Amino acid sequence: MKDEMKTSPKEKDKGMNSSDSSFILHPSSLSNPSSLPVVGAVMVVGGGIAGMQASLDLAEQGFKVYLVEKKSAIGGHMAQLDKTFPTNDCAMCTISPKLVETGRHPSIEIMTNSEALEVNGQAGDFTVTIEGAPRFIDVNKCIACGDCTKVCPVIVPDPFNEGLSPRRAAYKLYPQAVPNAFAIEKRGIAPCRDACPGGQRAQGYIALIREGRWNDALRVIKMDNPFPGICGRICNHRCETACNRNLVDEPINIRALKRFVTDKVYSEPRQLVDKVEITHPDQRVAIIGAGPCGLTAAQDLIRRGYPVTIFEAMPVAGGMLRLGVPEFRLPAEIIEREVADIVDLGVELRLNTPVTNLDDLFNEGFTSVLISVGAHEGVRLPIPGANLEGVLINTQFLKDVRLGKYEGGKKKEERSDDENSSFSLHPSALGKNVLVLGGGNVAIDVARSAVRLGCKVSMACLESREKMPSHAWEVQAALDEGITIHNDRTFERVLADENGRAAGVECMNVASFGFDEVGRLNVEKVAGSNHVIPCDTVIFSVGQRAGLAFIPDDAGVGMTDRKTIAINPNTYAATRPGVFAAGDSVSGTAFVIEAVASGHKAAESILRYLQGENLEPAHKPELPVVKLTREEIADRMARGEIKVQPRIPLPELSVEQRIGNFAEVEGGYDDESAQREAARCLACGVCSECMSCTFACGVNAIDHDMVARRETVHVGAVILAPGYQTYRAELSEEFGYGRYANVITALQFERLLSASGPTMGHVQRPSDGKVPKRIAFLQCIGSRDQSHDYCSAVCCMFATKEAVIAKDHQPDLDVHVFMMDMRAFSKGYLSYFDRARERYGVQYHRSRVSALYEGARSNDIYLRYMNESGEMQDERFDLVVLSVGMEISESVRDLGRRLGVELDEYGFCQTVQFNPLETSRKGIYAIGPFREPKDIPESVVEGSAAAGTVAASLSPARFALTVEREYPPERDVSAEAPRVGVFVCSCGSNIGGFVDVPGVTEYASSLPYVTHAEANLYTCSQDSIKHITEQVLEHKLNRVVVASCTPLTHQPLFQDSIRMAGLNPYLFEMANIRNQCSWVHSNDKEAATAKAGDLIRAAAARAALLESQHTIEVPVQRAALVVGGGAAGMTAAHLLAEQGFPVHLVEKENELGGNLRNVFIGTFGYADPQATLRRLTDQVRAHPSIYLHLQSKVISTTGVMGNFTSVIEEADGTRSDILHAVTILATGAQEYRGAEYGYGTDARIVTQQEFEGMLGKQVDRYTSTQVDTYTGTQADTYIGTQGDESLPNSVVMIQCVGAAEKFCARICCTVALKNAIRLKEINPKAEIVILYRDIRSYGFKEKLYTLAREKGVLFVRYEPDRKPEVISDQSSVISVKVWEPVLRKELTLHPDLLVLSMPPVPRTDAHDMATMFKVPTDVDGFFLEAHVKLRPVDFATNGVFMAGMAH
Amino acid sequence: MSEDLQVVAFCCQHCAYAAADLAGGLRLQYPPSVRVVMLPCTGKIDALLVLQAFESGADGVMVAG
Repeated sequence: MKDEMKTSPKEKDKGMNSSDSSFILHPSSLSNPSSLPVVGAVMVVGGGIAGMQASLDLAEQGFKVYLVEKKSAIGGHMAQLDKTFPTNDCAMCTISPKLVETGRHPSIEIMTNSEALEVNGQAGDFTVTIEGAPRFIDVNKCIACGDCTKVCPVIVPDPFNEGLSPRRAAYKLYPQAVPNAFAIEKRGIAPCRDACPGGQRAQGYIALIREGRWNDALRVIKMDNPFPGICGRICNHRCETACNRNLVDEPINIRALKRFVTDKVYSEPRQLVDKVEITHPDQRVAIIGAGPCGLTAAQDLIRRGYPVTIFEAMPVAGGMLRLGVPEFRLPAEIIEREVADIVDLGVELRLNTPVTNLDDLFNEGFTSVLISVGAHEGVRLPIPGANLEGVLINTQFLKDVRLGKYEGGKKKEERSDDENSSFSLHPSALGKNVLVLGGGNVAIDVARSAVRLGCKVSMACLESREKMPSHAWEVQAALDEGITIHNDRTFERVLADENGRAAGVECMNVASFGFDEVGRLNVEKVAGSNHVIPCDTVIFSVGQRAGLAFIPDDAGVGMTDRKTIAINPNTYAATRPGVFAAGDSVSGTAFVIEAVASGHKAAESILRYLQGENLEPAHKPELPVVKLTREEIADRMARGEIKVQPRIPLPELSVEQRIGNFAEVEGGYDDESAQREAARCLACGVCSECMSCTFACGVNAIDHDMVARRETVHVGAVILAPGYQTYRAELSEEFGYGRYANVITALQFERLLSASGPTMGHVQRPSDGKVPKRIAFLQCIGSRDQSHDYCSAVCCMFATKEAVIAKDHQPDLDVHVFMMDMRAFSKGYLSYFDRARERYGVQYHRSRVSALYEGARSNDIYLRYMNESGEMQDERFDLVVLSVGMEISESVRDLGRRLGVELDEYGFCQTVQFNPLETSRKGIYAIGPFREPKDIPESVVEGSAAAGTVAASLSPARFALTVEREYPPERDVSAEAPRVGVFVCSCGSNIGGFVDVPGVTEYASSLPYVTHAEANLYTCSQDSIKHITEQVLEHKLNRVVVASCTPLTHQPLFQDSIRMAGLNPYLFEMANIRNQCSWVHSNDKEAATAKAGDLIRAAAARAALLESQHTIEVPVQRAALVVGGGAAGMTAAHLLAEQGFPVHLVEKENELGGNLRNVFIGTFGYADPQATLRRLTDQVRAHPSIYLHLQSKVISTTGVMGNFTSVIEEADGTRSDILHAVTILATGAQEYRGAEYGYGTDARIVTQQEFEGMLGKQVDRYTSTQVDTYTGTQADTYIGTQGDESLPNSVVMIQCVGAAEKFCARICCTVALKNAIRLKEINPKAEIVILYRDIRSYGFKEKLYTLAREKGVLFVRYEPDRKPEVISDQSSVISVKVWEPVLRKELTLHPDLLVLSMPPVPRTDAHDMATMFKVPTDVDGFFLEAHVKLRPVDFATNGVFMAGMAH
Repeated sequence: MSEDLQVVAFCCQHCAYAAADLAGGLRLQYPPSVRVVMLPCTGKIDALLVLQAFESGADGVMVAG
């Protein structure tokens, strides 16, 4: 464990090279002649408690550590816990110091959002590739003020609160997170944005609408599209087609939301737009055409400081929007407003100014020209009669309508003054009966406009109804308004009446049509189908194109065959340098948003041209598009995160209301329905890049363009601690998780109990927030079932703890736990369980609940289960908690596969039984639940053990890669009068918003000894930190006070900054005016300000009294004393010796091995305990740094950590003093021997250990077939035992004998199971009955339980108050009477042999040992650790540790 | 509790002081008249410290750790 004594690395280095007699050269270099240089760095994967412990131990031992964590902060599952069993300590309080220490350690590099991709090379020298996902917030700049979260509109379920509360896309994993920095979760581009040609961040403005932030929403729209009001009405909204919500019910009504928010903002008076400053007056840009494309480009260019002039032939700006789209779809005032927002930036708009010759523009001095004319020229089909009176063209007609030239179907004016302008041609008279030729969206607009002018309208088109190019909803609107549509027609000629006016169109029916390879139309007509559709007005609406006559043939601007301008599609550059073209003049008719998109791109290209750069845009890595799969949608629905909720309908004018006017047909949402519609959004991309955070961040920490980065690091070893995931309870549908609100997981319940959880520690059930009165815990959900043949080891205690804590909160609570066995298998656990039952009244039922259902109205949950008398019973609960088990996630399995370590069928990492941390790949170790379900202390022990093992293998490279910070020499200030500098932080608005910071700063400057006081916006930002150093030097400060946040997180940072100025770090003081002032008194600014002043006064007064403090260094011994030569003691001694430390191993007997000498049978298959014993003994005996003291004991010990002196007495009475730095007590335990159940009275009654001895005497047969990949040696495979007639044919085993009634000894069940299995292997006919209270086969030991049952071992449970009775006398058979609770009758068994599971108990001399070493023991006489969870093998006495069964 | 009563809270830096920070993080409101004094451990508390607090006008003293 952590060595608390500080010695500088230099000191240690010196020690390693000095001639200190107690130091022995690293032995592995002796034993391993081919020793290659090793790398003094280690990668630890996973920042949970196990990974942190390993990292800290390694870093303290002089290794550089790369701690690779997948999440944005370390802490793992433990950080989510409210309390820990069995002490009910606050989990965060215990883990928090570890978090801070890990985060601050100079040798630990925490790599968050990162994953190890591959490990190449070999043990001692690996090359690891690590991929870091972008965090989008610079950890080094972020000061964790939380301003980004405050403005982030995106809500996702908070995984830290297990989905019980929402979280923002900009988030900190939890309040105490390390690194203390925010991150942005961005999965990719939402499909709506991807589908939009203009890249509209639909998800972003939808989220802002949900929040009611109308102005922000409009800002987000306008970032990519200057025409929100227009697109909100007439966009073809491909976003909605792409919307992932299509997989649930209906897409979000994105267009309507856009319109809603625009209307909302536009209902307020328009904010005047400021003129942009022109920074490049000599590089003028001309834009031809004031349509959406040209206007967009104008906006982009002028914002970058280039003067822009737009030439527009028409009297109004807006292009087709203004002149081609009817008023009932797009009111003119909207267009005018949005155009004004651009023009007001300073764009020169020349209306009624057609460009007649491109060259004129260059002659006028424009550097660049953008051609963005619209497709204003309608097409008149070359059929007979096409030029008759009463035959109109779509574009002209719409334009005339829009310019108000029609009034009730009549020509408004008969003026024809300028034949050159297409605009000023007078409109043709409209008849009563209009036939529109064409089936596109424009044709529909024409038809619907004519309806509004009072005409009877029909349409005819080539296509069938299904294939009409217009949108289906447009067709429907036309039909609703009484328009007749003639499909599948060709237009042969226009017939004339007697006055020469159009009187009808002769059509033929179409059999089929298609386009040939050059795009020519081929129509197959139905012969003889000629017929006439009568009308008095014909309007052609079969396409429109741009009028490009102003470009002379010799202008150097190439054209395409389709009569559009030829451009490079990447750059929009025409063939003439400086000329660009975009919009309809390039693409042909397109939608507004496409015009906007091409306007942006053309502007970018023009900018590059003006700046003399390469025109081709630089490649930018793109985020993936988030296409949700049906499975993911189903998962999220199963978890209850998504519920079916169809679109909120929009109001519409009835058909009657539409005729005869041009009022908008479609209404908008009101606030509430818009917000409800917006709330349907699935937030597919998570972050939508709405940029709210970028604007809010005061330290420029946000960078939305961050990309994934790959790094390669060299390490000597890898430790895998990726942890577990809880079983996904929605997979067990019978328990209703996700369907029933009041069924939650144990981890969710933990969050409900937590003071920092979603309900601040008040247990409320999810359905209605009511305080539950009756809670049921269901155990073994996703453990001990057909797909999980293992026990998750923690859930029994976890549930018990939660029950106890919940009862603490609410004493009248009724808690029931439904379980199979109570696995309270570790130290103090059984008494904790007893306390829960007896003192807290938690009720335990031995029953597996078969089903549950929800009450019809109440949301209460009814359980159906078999009670202990065998009857089915239904019971009502307010809340049901599922104790979900541990699993290995798919991503961790991937990790294992990538790194080449073997996994078992459940994804757990396979390790060797007697080298439990070693994976199948040499140099890679596994710790924590990744290798078997386990709880915190065991994970911590494994973290330290792995660190020790790694340290042994990398010992020569200690301190090779660690760095120490260099500080300037310290200034002696003892003779100076105090000169205090006070730095008051505003923390953005976190303090400044509630405390009068300037006022407080002024007050601070008036305090005694304060020679300098200043206010900072963010005192902890990088530049401020440097600034403090400078101010200390400038003002010769000798004390510094920072008034900001909490010293727990920030003090070291500021201390560092004054050390850089030569001040002793202890001449520093903080005033916590944020966490303990502005945040908690935010409703009373005056009082908060007064208190801040007081806190600063106190801090300044204290600062004046501070004196320099210095850490002292003392020389330490290098040797270790290990007491006890059993498995634990030998392993510890060997590991220390391998690390280069001399070890004194003291064993009171004449032989090494301890209890291991009595173990003959491995729990799983071939592992032979005796072979392990031989290997360990040989290693210890052969090691040059281990001094063996057999038949010896320690008779006294004195001193402190680093410098102990102990006296060892050998068998012959000789005594010697040894000097050592640390002590490890591995004194073991002994099997209990009591008189229970007739032990000692009958040779047929034996202990489990004695029985194992009988089994062990059998001649085992092994074959050597498997090669152990790690050691390279052959491992023995057990194939059976030579039968022996002396073994019993029937055995009864009784568990929990004697002392084990009080505490669980952890091993007895396992030993009974393995012995029973071995007997069955030798003699399959042997009858074995195990009488037990609970079978505690935790973790993978469950497999033994399963195997024993498969082999026919019988299990009978007895109640502690109804123990079995044994009747034996030497003459007759043994009788064991036991009450069978299921059959409800007493059984009498007559075994050949009665085996009693006697637990290990402390050795008789344990008490003396404890007294001598001044260490405490628990009530049962076992050694008591310093902290049950986080210092599980440390004594409270520094420098003294424990190992093995004595613990 | 009356807003005017002066309460001095001696808090262990490892738990109660951290809890007071967390209260801030959660924006829980309490009267400004509560003053937190950080101790390296509540084991550092001395009867004299408590008495001095009363002497200086505290209406209540809380030791939390």
